[in-house]
Amino acid sequence: MPEKMKKNYFINLIGIILVFLVMMGIFDTGILGAKTNYIMGIAIIAMMTVIIVCSLNLLTGYMGEFSLGHAGFMSVGAYSSAAVTMAMINAGITLPTVLYFIIAIIVGGIFSAFVGFIVGIPALRLRGDYLAIVTVAFAEIVRVAFTNFQITGGGKTLSGIPKVSDYHYIYIVMVICVALMYMYVRSRFGRAVIAIREDYIAAAASGINVTYYKVMTFVLSAFFAGVAGAIYSHYLTAIIPTFFNFMKSSEFLTMVILGGSGSLTGSIIGAAVLAALPEALRDFQIYRMLMYSVVLVIIMIFKPSGIFGTWEFSLPRVLNRVFGKNQKKGGAAHE
Amino acid sequence: MSLFIQSIINGLNQGAVYALVALGYTMVYGIIRMINFAHSDFIMVGSYTLFYTIPLMVGAGMPAWLSVVVAVAVCVAVGVTVEAVAYKPVRNAGSMSALITALAMSLFLENLALVLFGANPKSVPEIFSLPTLKVLGIILPVKYLVTLSIGLFMMLALHIFVKKTTLGKAMRAVPEDKEASTLVGIHVNKIITTTFAIGSGLAAVAALMYCSTYPRCTTDMGTMLGIKAFIAAVLGGIGSIPGAMLGGILVGLLEILIKVYLAPGWYEAITYSILIVVLLVRPAGILGKNVGEKV
Repeated sequence: MPEKMKKNYFINLIGIILVFLVMMGIFDTGILGAKTNYIMGIAIIAMMTVIIVCSLNLLTGYMGEFSLGHAGFMSVGAYSSAAVTMAMINAGITLPTVLYFIIAIIVGGIFSAFVGFIVGIPALRLRGDYLAIVTVAFAEIVRVAFTNFQITGGGKTLSGIPKVSDYHYIYIVMVICVALMYMYVRSRFGRAVIAIREDYIAAAASGINVTYYKVMTFVLSAFFAGVAGAIYSHYLTAIIPTFFNFMKSSEFLTMVILGGSGSLTGSIIGAAVLAALPEALRDFQIYRMLMYSVVLVIIMIFKPSGIFGTWEFSLPRVLNRVFGKNQKKGGAAHE
Repeated sequence: MSLFIQSIINGLNQGAVYALVALGYTMVYGIIRMINFAHSDFIMVGSYTLFYTIPLMVGAGMPAWLSVVVAVAVCVAVGVTVEAVAYKPVRNAGSMSALITALAMSLFLENLALVLFGANPKSVPEIFSLPTLKVLGIILPVKYLVTLSIGLFMMLALHIFVKKTTLGKAMRAVPEDKEASTLVGIHVNKIITTTFAIGSGLAAVAALMYCSTYPRCTTDMGTMLGIKAFIAAVLGGIGSIPGAMLGGILVGLLEILIKVYLAPGWYEAITYSILIVVLLVRPAGILGKNVGEKV
């Protein structure tokens, strides 16, 4: 039904543009007064978190493997992109901000994807607990490396990164990233990856090249984590290796699990809410991780698939339901 | 030469701590196939217990190291509670749920400690007031010898316990076949609880050894120690008690030697690379048995 698909794409596009306009309405007109910049900062961090959490969900939710080292991929993206843009500025190349931004995210993504490839190949022989430990080890190696390299500040804060991240661009990049990931998991490749999650022996027996799909998903996931890292470093303009530690990785994993492994909607909402929450609850900062961990245990006991399970939000479906005229019974065909 | 011997001594001391922590990992992993991330935080719990009880012990006129008894009791209580409250309900839900629950419990303990004890590091009073020997320019604190002998003694005792006693045999039977063990009258839940109790008790002893060398406790002190001890357990062969000891000593020695001779800034990275290489070349570890996968 290409006609219907076209219509759905169009509806989604309208929805995305509407959200964008709402954001512009809030931030550009400055109706929040003095708090505009503060709220905008929260929104930017939330959007960056959405990208990295969705990328982690590719691995955890769709491939059924853990990465407890996603902060490591993020730091690769953050540092490599910062190194390139700073070198460009030092060389006296002046470009419009948007080009810097595009170069930063592409460089961050590619470097991170490359590292993901290097980690992904050996990790193929491993599954489950062992793979999780290998990703922890990898993230620690990256952290130690960045503490030692001169180009990354040698353990001190790397500052002076050009501030080119702007919420307009970040929003567009986030939409593109999430759309790509969504298309990936709904494609032929994504179905193969889900088959591997369900039973990798049966998948291999049905002619799926398990190795190939695993590495590809790993690389893709690392790519998007790198993009998020590039956004992060070009928004904060100063980064330190210890930020990307084991705690950060487990925080991302928490967001994936709470939102629902296997649901990008869950990841988006989980990431946006949990990234914005600490700001709203500044006074309870110390209790935040305590609360996360309790909620995590409760979710694992009562609803292991997370809040949204594998449910996905669909704007066309909602519109159909709201303005549902002569609609067939049961919208489950879309699921 | 004296530098080399000094490094070996320091490495053995470090390795004994890793080995004792690795024993806790290996026992729990051996029985329920789960990485107990919270194990590293049991060490933190033990250290804080030591910090608070040593002054009391000294005040009561008893030797400081006796507070390890209190630490063991607290750690066992925490370990058994964690198992009963969080791990038992998810035991049959698959490895993914178990891993996340373990991670969540680790976060919980760390942040609970942060709330209770604050973020400032606490410095533990001296535990062993023993002299330091100087032989041919080598500094040999006697407490290192004590640490090492405690480690060896613990390992031997545990090894004999698991090999010879009825309870130990039951502990080895459960991971082989849960249903069959139930059939022959082994109370599986009780065995798992016992394993957790022993593992957590070992963590308290490890805390004593750790604090006698590095008398500082922070809420996240367990994280890196735990990961390295897990590496040690994997290196030696997970599920194997002599393997954990061997792996711990190897990791400790390697770390100190690399720190002294090769690259001081990189020693952690090298430890982690060892883990990756071992997992690739011989996933079962040095002393572990290779188990094929059933289709």
